[in-house]
Amino acid sequence: MIHRSFRAIVAMTVAVSFVCGLGTASLADPGPGALSVPNADPYPSTYTPFAGRTVLIKNATLLTAAGPVIKGGSILLQNGKIAALGTNVSGPPDALVIDGTGKYVTPGIIDVHSHMGDYAVPGTFSNSDGNEATNPNTANVWAEHSVWPQDPEFPRALEGGVTTVQILPGSANLIGGRSAVLKVVPSRTVQGMKFPGAKYGLKMACGENPKRVYAQRGPSTRMGNMAGWRAAWIAAEHYRRTWDAYTAAPKGEPPARDLGLETLAEALRGNINVHMHCYRADEMAQVIDMSKEFGYHVTAFHHAVEAYKIGDLLAKNNITAVMWADWGGFKMEALDSVRANIGLVDAAGARATIHSDDGVGVQHLNQEVAKAMVAANRAGLQVDEAKAIQWMTINPAYSLGLQAKIGSLEVGKNADIVLWSGDPFSIYTRVEKTWIDGAMLFDATDPRAQWRTDFELGYVNTGARK
Amino acid sequence: MIRRALITASLTLSVALVPLLARAETVAIVGGTVYPVSGPRIASGTVILTDGRISAVGANVAVPKGARIIDARGKIVTPGLIAAATQLGLSEVGGERSTNNAGSHGPIAAAFKPWYGFFSESAYIAPTREDGVTTVGVVPSGGFISGQIAMMDLDRGTATDMLLRAPVAMSASLRSGRFDGMYDDETAGTPNTAGNEIDNGPNSRGEAFGRLHALLEDVRYYAKHRTGYDNGNLRGLATSRDDLEALIPVANGIEPLVLQADREDDINWALRFARDERIRLIIAGGAEAWKIAPRIAAAHVPVLAGAMNNLPTSFDTLNQRHENLAILRKAGVDIVIVGNTGGGDEAIFNVRNIRYEAGNAVVAGLSHDEALRAITLAPATVFGVADKVGSLTIGKEANVIVWDGDPFEFATRAEHVFVRGHEIVERSRQDQLLDRYLHLPPTRN
Repeated sequence: MIHRSFRAIVAMTVAVSFVCGLGTASLADPGPGALSVPNADPYPSTYTPFAGRTVLIKNATLLTAAGPVIKGGSILLQNGKIAALGTNVSGPPDALVIDGTGKYVTPGIIDVHSHMGDYAVPGTFSNSDGNEATNPNTANVWAEHSVWPQDPEFPRALEGGVTTVQILPGSANLIGGRSAVLKVVPSRTVQGMKFPGAKYGLKMACGENPKRVYAQRGPSTRMGNMAGWRAAWIAAEHYRRTWDAYTAAPKGEPPARDLGLETLAEALRGNINVHMHCYRADEMAQVIDMSKEFGYHVTAFHHAVEAYKIGDLLAKNNITAVMWADWGGFKMEALDSVRANIGLVDAAGARATIHSDDGVGVQHLNQEVAKAMVAANRAGLQVDEAKAIQWMTINPAYSLGLQAKIGSLEVGKNADIVLWSGDPFSIYTRVEKTWIDGAMLFDATDPRAQWRTDFELGYVNTGARK
Repeated sequence: MIRRALITASLTLSVALVPLLARAETVAIVGGTVYPVSGPRIASGTVILTDGRISAVGANVAVPKGARIIDARGKIVTPGLIAAATQLGLSEVGGERSTNNAGSHGPIAAAFKPWYGFFSESAYIAPTREDGVTTVGVVPSGGFISGQIAMMDLDRGTATDMLLRAPVAMSASLRSGRFDGMYDDETAGTPNTAGNEIDNGPNSRGEAFGRLHALLEDVRYYAKHRTGYDNGNLRGLATSRDDLEALIPVANGIEPLVLQADREDDINWALRFARDERIRLIIAGGAEAWKIAPRIAAAHVPVLAGAMNNLPTSFDTLNQRHENLAILRKAGVDIVIVGNTGGGDEAIFNVRNIRYEAGNAVVAGLSHDEALRAITLAPATVFGVADKVGSLTIGKEANVIVWDGDPFEFATRAEHVFVRGHEIVERSRQDQLLDRYLHLPPTRN
């Protein structure tokens, strides 16, 4: 309980993306030993799509997250992409045809707040790799260096229709480190799960967690939290100027590298998305001012239990709120949780997003969205399924900067698809099949083909013993 | 009216346990699909609430003169739901120790009665009621012998008004002390000011069962030699007099012992232990109970388990799975559905979600009727309050819910919530926050 609430408390990540080829053109090949420049990619993705075949799902209800619900719709998955969808789609003769009668198809679910792999199960001491709680500023750590690909939470998330996740450091620290954006696929290495081309995120955390964890050495107050961030940004500004000057005219010995400042400088340059754990409305408003003070953009506030109080401010500043459907009460800053939070943020014009922060919750994000949708409608807001589906697909895709690749059913996008037994917002509905890049990686009807992690072998046996 | 009744009740403790019944109005809930739970579904039934109790249930029931009539056509009528394992009212803000009354001190806290700390003004009671939960089990936390369990009706009033029956069981855990995952490295096993090592409870399963046996032996010995105890003539005993007294009904097989146990072997040893000690056992948690379902059924030991968690969160829950409840029930085990979604929220802030836990159990193979029973009559029976709550039965407290659809579905709302015959209509703290911020910027602050 303590452990879990700590995770919940420590939920802000800042992600920085160092992706080859995305950077400024002025940067030449940094060369060996000179990675302290934007767009270095020292731990590159080795992901390649799994083998898939052409699939035509016919006569299903399509929740596209990109427009109205398509009833009696068909969708064609070909070469890892969505090749066609609509009410009049046919496939080539070799296509696997799936009768979707009574079923629903949605984009793969995206959970931008997860600790799978860095707080893996079983929750042993050895598996506790989510919080580098040794300094309030650990901008230097990268979550991917903690992620255990054999965490049994991964296959269960896939079975819940989750295809892309952002793994964050915990929220003990003011600045927690870089996130990792992963595909939910079996792999021996985390590099094999990394989403090609995804920007990094930077996890930061407001409020109670840092001031509790560092009460003895500081920060021990919310004003101490603010001072800690500002000091870090001031140092990062200097570092950025120094390195930008050097890369513009490389002469002589390069400036000294600093891992943490590299990450922060990349956030200032806009190459890393800032994901900040923040519960209270007034603290979010302070952080927005701070982002203007230093000229960076907060991509998303996570947990954002009080986002509904400042939905207008979030909308004006183009900030996503990443929220639970109904968690609250476990600490003072979570006291004002209301179930209409997501709906109210959406109605205010900000990008509303569900998240789990939890290995059970990640398996039924559709149910969490259902609760939020019902609460919104009960509050008098008009939220239909075409809108609600966006809270777990295209909206989180935006906060990762991956909206052009995933998050909706549109021609040309990655074929990350979920086939549901019925309406995904009914409690009785379950995932039947999940595809990532056109490869069917989960099929409820074929238990033998289901992904079992190394850890589960010989330990987890769902067959009865006696 | 209600307020006056509360004041009256609070003046005399002797009437506090049934304070509001007499003043409740007569209500006829007419035409709904009635799930009495204690009997078959009634397609178009009537339920009459009189003086806070259920006075009639059936297809052909006359509506008393002057009764308030609720048209329940197209609706579903059930007993109020029971969430049997919660800390509602015991901890308002988990992160703030000043609000926490769930735990006692030391590994053996048999005398601990957590309901003395029940916060009747908790902001979570109203949302819990709004979702049709009218009775909760209030369970202490921490330690080896954690303390006593109470059943509370979510009525208005003070804790004494809400108390339904206490104690209903004794709570214990095999996992305390050094090998509990929540082990506190900073204090456990270190010397106290007297130079003795602080006892944090058993450090292994073998020690836990050994100490439990020794404790029960001491209780029985003490019970036979109270005079000797008073005269100071007894051998040393494992715990204080208050703890020994509290454990007498457990040792005598009258009050059940709720043992938190997840691992298959733990559950199996517990069955044997309970048989040898002749105590009444209830398994809580029970992650791997499904693996030995027939043995549990044969021992007539009920299991409290959830439906949401399928993770090997520890080496005790490697084979935790969604189908646990369905397999147990099929084998004939008495099951009670409790929240196990994880995160800790299910015991306090989201007690209200017990109906979704039941719905998910249905997806995993439990029948709808069995799932409803497992959050109504089953917990009432297991915790000895079925004479008062748990079904729509004549004479029971009028804890009745009128739903606008299937109680397990997200879209369904509890349209009418009756507790002891009173309909409770309220704007919870959460509702008031919503009202304030529905339109931005808020017009008042």
